[in-house]
Amino acid sequence: MANVEKLWVYLAETPLLWLAITLTAYTFADWISSLAKRHPLVNPIVIATGLIIAALSVSHTDYKTYFGGAQFVHFMLGPATVALAIPLVDNLSQIRRSVIPISLALVAGSATAILSAVGTAWLFGAPHNLLMSLAPKSVTTPIAMGLSETLGGIPSLTAVLVVATGIFGAITVTPLMNLMRINDPAARGFAVGLTSHGMGTARAFQVNALAGTFAGLAMGLNGLMTALLAPLLAGLF
Amino acid sequence: MIPALTLLLLCQLAGEVIARLLSLPLPGPVIGLVLLAVGLTIRGKVPDNVRAVATGILRNLALMFVPASVGIITQTHVLAANGLALTVSLIVSTIVTMAVTAFVFRWATMRANPGHDAGGDPRGEKEAG
Repeated sequence: MANVEKLWVYLAETPLLWLAITLTAYTFADWISSLAKRHPLVNPIVIATGLIIAALSVSHTDYKTYFGGAQFVHFMLGPATVALAIPLVDNLSQIRRSVIPISLALVAGSATAILSAVGTAWLFGAPHNLLMSLAPKSVTTPIAMGLSETLGGIPSLTAVLVVATGIFGAITVTPLMNLMRINDPAARGFAVGLTSHGMGTARAFQVNALAGTFAGLAMGLNGLMTALLAPLLAGLF
Repeated sequence: MIPALTLLLLCQLAGEVIARLLSLPLPGPVIGLVLLAVGLTIRGKVPDNVRAVATGILRNLALMFVPASVGIITQTHVLAANGLALTVSLIVSTIVTMAVTAFVFRWATMRANPGHDAGGDPRGEKEAG
């Protein structure tokens, strides 16, 4: 029994345990998602997060201790953001051909994403740090968390809102676009990538390669546009 | 693999340095993204090792969201107090943003190519999505 206690003292002090649990939970969640044929409702992030939260609550571990191990995975969001330059460069000829629709839809969509989210919550009387956490909710997590911090929001709340926006957009894009009778895959893809970042992009690729290309492009561009617009527009509230 | 990862980290580092020196409101990695995109465009080709590492990282992008998402346990009080505002805001904003973006994209495409139907045919019933 004394050995078990010593073991726990050791494990609780090294980053190894929670790093290993994070990777294990993700591997398992990704396997479940592939079994479900990448159904938008079977989201690997949601599953992995749920498993880890269960492990944390069973072992009475706080988030700070968990993050001591998980920070190595979290750190990779920075290089991952830089890596988004590659799909952006790949699609440069596509971008040049549709430069006008892309620019107009980007500015309109990016401003709508920020104003509609912050405005709706403002009508509900939500506090300022919540409004700032909502402003970057349509962009990919590394950018959104950085922006949330700059604006005076709560980065970890923003991360949750980004994931929720990604899942909701990926589920609703197909029925919404059908309802609007928008059949152009470029328009459909651009809309879901702008609104729901990587999760929307993944969904668009499931439907159509052209839609996926434009979704990835919209995700990258909206990351930049939101970084420019959010400090201006969120300042209105 | 290591040279490519080094390139990504150096772009990020350069981005962080630029953001801080010029007090830009952009996160460092975003500036790093732009630096890399400009560099690769000037070079005219994405080196194979850079492409391989970037593809590997982006394929597992979902993993990197996990630690931040577990952070929800530190926000339960905020969520409990503002659950309705946050939920309604996300639903409204997601639908309105998607609709506005698609609408503007289609409108601009049709204006740029008059006479060329960009897929907005109201009778268009064939649907892959």
